[in-house]
Amino acid sequence: MIPLQACLLISALLFAIGFAGAVARRHAILVLIGIELMLNAANLNLIAFWRFGPHPEALTGFIFVLFSMAMAGAEAAVGLALIIAIYRHKKTSNLDEVKELKG
Amino acid sequence: MSPFFVITGIVTLLGAAFAMSLRNLVHCALAMAVAFSGIAALYLQLDAQFVGFAEILVYVGAIAILIVFAILLTRSGEAPENSVLTSGWMAGIAVSAMLFTMLGWAVLNSSAIPKEIPPAPVATVKNVGDALMTKFVLPLEIIGLVLTAAMIGAVIIALKEDSQKSKSEDGGQQ
Amino acid sequence: MFDKLDQIFVTALHWLVSYVPEMLRPVVSAMICIAFVMSVFPGVFALTTVLERKILGRIQNRYGPNRVGIPFTKIRLCGFGQFIPDGIKSLTKEDIVPRAADKVVHFLAPVVMLIPVLLAYAVLPFGKNMTITDYDAGLLFFFAVGGAVEVSVFMAGWSSRNKYSLLGAMRAIAQMVSYEIPLILSAVTVVMVVGSLNLSEIVKHQNNYTFGIAHWHVFTPWGLVGFVLFFIASLAESNRTPFDLPEAESEIIAGYFTEYSGFKFALFFLGEYLGMFAIIGLGITLFLGGWTSPVSFLTWIPSYVWFLSKLMAIVFVFIWIRGTLPRLRMDQLMNFAWKFMLPLALINIFVAGIWHYMAADWQRWLVCSAIIFGAYAILGRGLMQNQNFGKRIYRYAE
Repeated sequence: MIPLQACLLISALLFAIGFAGAVARRHAILVLIGIELMLNAANLNLIAFWRFGPHPEALTGFIFVLFSMAMAGAEAAVGLALIIAIYRHKKTSNLDEVKELKG
Repeated sequence: MSPFFVITGIVTLLGAAFAMSLRNLVHCALAMAVAFSGIAALYLQLDAQFVGFAEILVYVGAIAILIVFAILLTRSGEAPENSVLTSGWMAGIAVSAMLFTMLGWAVLNSSAIPKEIPPAPVATVKNVGDALMTKFVLPLEIIGLVLTAAMIGAVIIALKEDSQKSKSEDGGQQ
Repeated sequence: MFDKLDQIFVTALHWLVSYVPEMLRPVVSAMICIAFVMSVFPGVFALTTVLERKILGRIQNRYGPNRVGIPFTKIRLCGFGQFIPDGIKSLTKEDIVPRAADKVVHFLAPVVMLIPVLLAYAVLPFGKNMTITDYDAGLLFFFAVGGAVEVSVFMAGWSSRNKYSLLGAMRAIAQMVSYEIPLILSAVTVVMVVGSLNLSEIVKHQNNYTFGIAHWHVFTPWGLVGFVLFFIASLAESNRTPFDLPEAESEIIAGYFTEYSGFKFALFFLGEYLGMFAIIGLGITLFLGGWTSPVSFLTWIPSYVWFLSKLMAIVFVFIWIRGTLPRLRMDQLMNFAWKFMLPLALINIFVAGIWHYMAADWQRWLVCSAIIFGAYAILGRGLMQNQNFGKRIYRYAE
């Protein structure tokens, strides 16, 4: 197994773990952790293809990952602000109980 | 595949698995920080130094701390009361297992995987800076705008609404 | 002859490594460098603990420790052997872990603090050609591992299951995160002017002499402001007075390491001081010329001697400030970071840009100094507007 396939397998497994956690856990923050793991898996995929694919000197994959990290940071900040706001209203962070649109 | 690579991969995957399965949320957040540092080590082994350091700075230094603060602000630091799993957890795990099998089969049996390994690319800070300023300057400006909007938005969403109440609290304290 | 003295550690390393077969050379070289860092800097730490107690004592008009010289003898050495009994005391004290504490996290917190702090020494240039790993993005590496210390602070505070610990940890993290931004922004000005994130390159850029005085960054307007901001932010990052609210004894007992005793407390203490040395080392590299000498007729003194003397001078100033200034309250601390230091750091970046693009004349000194002085005056006056200080009254005990 060449290094590219090893990296891609690790990234696929990381994505699957993140997805399983985001779907199977009740707490909102754990869903967010799952989403961050999925984003990291995608970034790892991009860097692996940048390193082992054609034209690594064009730095396309590299820059893509930098912007993806910035976006992940912004999204984590907004997501956590939302979770805090929801907790303030509903006094719970259990996703099963936040199922009504009535404020 | 050097032993470093295998060990780093195992540490990352264990960290991610623990992050998704532990009962105590703070332990989950700390395991996630371990997974992030494992991924940063993987980036360093793939000759992407700048991205590896940026990963530690952004994810471990900022996002993990943010998640920990949110856990404490929503009082989720104590032990949870009933089951930690949603109602449809079995379907979720089944779908994720199918996803991994499909991706794994595609990776191992694909014909698009290049056979020879190109030499290590020169990703110095100067090259990254040049690329950011010439070829990728539009995404750079847009990401500045996006980060400003996200910052302002997060502050507004999480701000306390009751300004009357907070003023009287401050008056009492002073 | 002085050149050989200057490079004596590098030649010693090469000579030691040449005895090892070809394949093991990188590993052995790394191990020797690690042994060097791990023996020199804890030694400086031991010296600093004694110096701190003596200097604080003198500021407070008393002697510091002055009895223990060499143990088991009567030689006093002005008390500089005090670190030996201190160390023995820390190592032999009983290691108490609270019953309700989270054992694994409580155990790992000092370790997680020490590892990033020691990693930060890998990129500092201690002398000419004396950087352990000369990363292309060395400055970014330093700030990245600096951010990882916050996780350990949280681990220590939360795992003790103690209200004081948690409160101290939250305050410490808020303070560290707030002051990280002026720290990084003041370092960005240096990167802008030098054009590289490589720390050896930054020191080489300061190695020129005009009229006998070196081109240190601190001798330029933006460099002076940058150095002052970096200095204040590094006081805050190391939790030193006047920013030591998270760990002050009269406020919050010991903050996030209340429940630690014995060896783990010694590890935290060591980690904190080593972090202080690392960040001072970075400040010296960025602004005070690293291993270069300030005047051209003193370049014969070896480079590592210059680095160490600058380090000890700034440590002395840290200790001096600790003995002189009162503690800032938490809201005063945060206001200072976000409303004063951050705008000033942003204006400093603007001024560094103007400096880089103006011709090398007396005009750029005038313009840059005027902008900085104006910004400082406006920010200072603007922030003090709504504080009405009455006439100072003295109340004596009657």
